[in-house]
Amino acid sequence: MRSKPVQLAIAVVLLVGVGVLVAVFTLALALLGEPGDDVTVLTVGKIVIALFALLTLVTTLGMSLVWLERKQLGRMQGRVGPTRVGPFGLLQVVADGIKLLMKEDVSPGSSSKAIFYVAPLLVFVPSFVVWLTIPIGRDLVVRSLDLGVFFFIAVSVLSIVGLILAGWSSNSKYAILGGFRSAAQLVSYEIPLILGVLSVVMVADSMRFTDIVDAQASVPYLALLPLAFAVFFISGLAEVGRTPFDIYFAESEVVGGPFVEYSGAHWAIFFLAEYVNTFLVAALGALLFLGGWTWPFGELEQYPAVALFLGKTYFLAVVIFWVRATLPRLRIDQLMNVGWKMLIPLGFVSVILVAVQRFYGWPTWTLTLMSVAVLGAAAFVQLRLQRSDAVATAERYAQHAVAVQPSRSRPAPESQQA
Amino acid sequence: MGLLLFYAAATLTLFAAFGVVATRNIVHAALFLLAALAGVAGLFVLLYAEFLALVQLLIYGGAVTIVILFALMLTRSGEYEGETETRRRPFAALAAAGLFGLMAAVFVADSHQFNTNTRQPVPFDTLARDLFADWAVPFEIASLVLLVALIGAVVIGRAGREEDETFPDTDGSESASEPVRRGSRRRAERRQRGS
Repeated sequence: MRSKPVQLAIAVVLLVGVGVLVAVFTLALALLGEPGDDVTVLTVGKIVIALFALLTLVTTLGMSLVWLERKQLGRMQGRVGPTRVGPFGLLQVVADGIKLLMKEDVSPGSSSKAIFYVAPLLVFVPSFVVWLTIPIGRDLVVRSLDLGVFFFIAVSVLSIVGLILAGWSSNSKYAILGGFRSAAQLVSYEIPLILGVLSVVMVADSMRFTDIVDAQASVPYLALLPLAFAVFFISGLAEVGRTPFDIYFAESEVVGGPFVEYSGAHWAIFFLAEYVNTFLVAALGALLFLGGWTWPFGELEQYPAVALFLGKTYFLAVVIFWVRATLPRLRIDQLMNVGWKMLIPLGFVSVILVAVQRFYGWPTWTLTLMSVAVLGAAAFVQLRLQRSDAVATAERYAQHAVAVQPSRSRPAPESQQA
Repeated sequence: MGLLLFYAAATLTLFAAFGVVATRNIVHAALFLLAALAGVAGLFVLLYAEFLALVQLLIYGGAVTIVILFALMLTRSGEYEGETETRRRPFAALAAAGLFGLMAAVFVADSHQFNTNTRQPVPFDTLARDLFADWAVPFEIASLVLLVALIGAVVIGRAGREEDETFPDTDGSESASEPVRRGSRRRAERRQRGS
């Protein structure tokens, strides 16, 4: 057993490691310089170097979420989570990673080999290419594209193809069921996600991430567009398959969905992509709705700004884990109902509200008012529907209760049967 | 470098397009199609048409390929083996050759219009203004086609609904559990009477 100071020292070293990674990324960007007019071999090489620096950072941060999630879940379930490897179990992820790489890479004999091995890459590559245009600080972005937000949407769609192909090529019924579920779920929830992001783009008048963040210097968009945030965040959870929406790899139903037959390094790639995507959703929430690296109390230096952005991102990640520990998994029909009957209409309402506000030039606080009103109305209607459902269920169980009651000489009082 | 990237994208597109028609495995064909469409998106990027490239990825690379794959997997993969050997094959070849000849003729005849040296990026708000102001009617007509397809899908989807009751009403949770509950209630009454 190591002593407390040693553990703290290792924790500090790990934190410094993240700082060093940020610094390396900054350095790589400085090397990259300003984008020129023509593409040369040199600029492509520099972009690749900068992207690799960013990927190392993002992978490290994404894997840190695994530790955070296990600790968080442990706390909420009265356990302690990982404690053995490294200080507070911080190195557990590294140990697991080494274990996964050492494992034998098995593939089913009847699988379609080429597609079986391409599918993890089709899931993994889009979730990393997206980071090309996502900033982690004011100037800390590999390429600040005009169409940044649209780039994220267009590229991230491609990972669905990977999930379907992973399910199909495994030649296993659970895998293909999971593949179908993933396609249905991800295609459905893509729409509300885009609508939520679209509201932000309309208010900010730009699709460049840096512009959107700078527009939130005084008021974060969460205050203006709570409705869009709700739609974005819920559908974001569904897009990365976090727990209330993890029906496509639900262990108790399809035993891991498209990933059933994968093992070793190929499974690790799926796992890595999942956590990087979770980190991505949290980071997008922080950039688009929480003001990224800005806060209302004036400008920040570069590194404190990055720390602020990461803090907001980790906060949203913790919210995702809270939701995971709190809510049970939806059924597939409930999932479709939430997506198509609630989120998509609410998303359209959000876009229309923003359009009306922009067209008539109303003051921005009206947006908050309208969004809150719509959210309240939606919640009210939903609660009423749930209550009428609950009443019907309670009545059925009340009838049922007569049967469950063991017949004794003294019957139970009437009030307890209802 | 630009030329090198062009050749890379063009080779990818051509080889993948050939793969689409040459492979016997229909899922492989769908995957080749994805590669071909991504190659075309790369060509768009080289022509500074970034928005078009991303739309290409989103609509064709993402949505269309996914729908194709989805449709393929709902059928058995073995059913399509050898289906290329039909008697209509010469007609298909003729039609394809004719289409290729027509398009090639148009491109060769009008090649002076497609000067890629004067290419320049178009800001996407200009594009949006053009699309939704000057070309609003063609745009809406295109969406009308989608609407027709949507209605058609609903009609086909609902066609056998009345006689087909294999799917329980999922959001009511009424019909699925009804018989069990009735049975248990009857059993309960019997038990009460017995005691």
